[in-house]
Amino acid sequence: MPLHFELVTPEKLVRSDEVYMVVVPGTEGEEGVLEGHAPYMTTMKDGALKIYKTEGGAPEEIAVRGGFAEVSASGLTVLAERVEG
Amino acid sequence: MASLKELKNRIKSVKSTQKITKAKQMVAAAKLRRAQAAAEAARPYSQRLAKVMGSLAGKVSGESAPLLLRGTGKDERHLLVVVNTDKGLCGGLNANIVKAAKAKARELAAAGKQVDFYLVGRKGRAPIRRDYASQVKQEYDTSAVRNLGFTEAEAIAEELVALFEAGKFDVAHLIYPVFKSALAQDPTVVQLMPVPAVEGDGPVASDSSAVVEYEPDEETILGALLPRYIRTQLFVALLEREASEQGASMTAMDNATRNAGDLINKLTIQYNRSRQAAITTELIEIIAGAEAL
Repeated sequence: MPLHFELVTPEKLVRSDEVYMVVVPGTEGEEGVLEGHAPYMTTMKDGALKIYKTEGGAPEEIAVRGGFAEVSASGLTVLAERVEG
Repeated sequence: MASLKELKNRIKSVKSTQKITKAKQMVAAAKLRRAQAAAEAARPYSQRLAKVMGSLAGKVSGESAPLLLRGTGKDERHLLVVVNTDKGLCGGLNANIVKAAKAKARELAAAGKQVDFYLVGRKGRAPIRRDYASQVKQEYDTSAVRNLGFTEAEAIAEELVALFEAGKFDVAHLIYPVFKSALAQDPTVVQLMPVPAVEGDGPVASDSSAVVEYEPDEETILGALLPRYIRTQLFVALLEREASEQGASMTAMDNATRNAGDLINKLTIQYNRSRQAAITTELIEIIAGAEAL
């Protein structure tokens, strides 16, 4: 089962995708989110989100600033103030 | 009665005015489409943020709540953040915003509160200064920026939060035009600080968030989110202002173009009449002269 992942900035919806895993740079440590993760909320350090499209594949990195991640039944939502690149 | 030459010049000048208003109308129409798209694109972020805020704010209360949520505990000094446009030629838009701001200021003053202003955009300055010269505390200039973005909203929010934390005011209201259609832009007043309790799906929020894990704790997250929420609100206000300005401008210029067309028709009829009158007089003179011989 893929994980539904959304990356949203004030300017637009950057990404809405089905992925395998996303590694979130939380303020209290990096954390990988897979499908079926328990409801969870964290603020993020300025850093790179690592998106694994498939299991074992090479990650795609998106640098974000001022981010905030929320995991709910509908998937992972990252609200970021800025996305670089 | 104006002479033929005068009429001709008049028609020429109205025609060139019409060309200008028509061009401005088309520019506004193109820009409006862009502004509307930008406002549309900003919606998911603000909606999601509001939802998260709603579920968090319900949990944190009392003394542990951040200053931005619980306020200074007083209700004495109010700050009105008025968002106006930088350019004119947009009908009654700015006049309406200023009117709404002044009405709010009078209402607060009548209740015995102290009112200050923070102005965004150039067109609100003169009319508000006229009545409240000493109460305009600060201004933020957006006229040099071509494409209004999150950077400006961030800068304004930072300044406001700093003022709030320094205890310069107790309550801040944001006054900005909400774009409804090209014909209607309603000036709206919302409370900006302290952040008002988000109402709505209360039970649903507490239901689904009962098991949510927070990292770090709720207070810290809320503390980080509140300034962000204010920034987003200002950003939305700026986007709405942009769309409203273009919409109002489009309508105003459409009217102006039509008025110019009517005026040209009227002047042309007048011109033709006096031309014919002149010809008739001349003919009569010639015939009368010929008969006299």
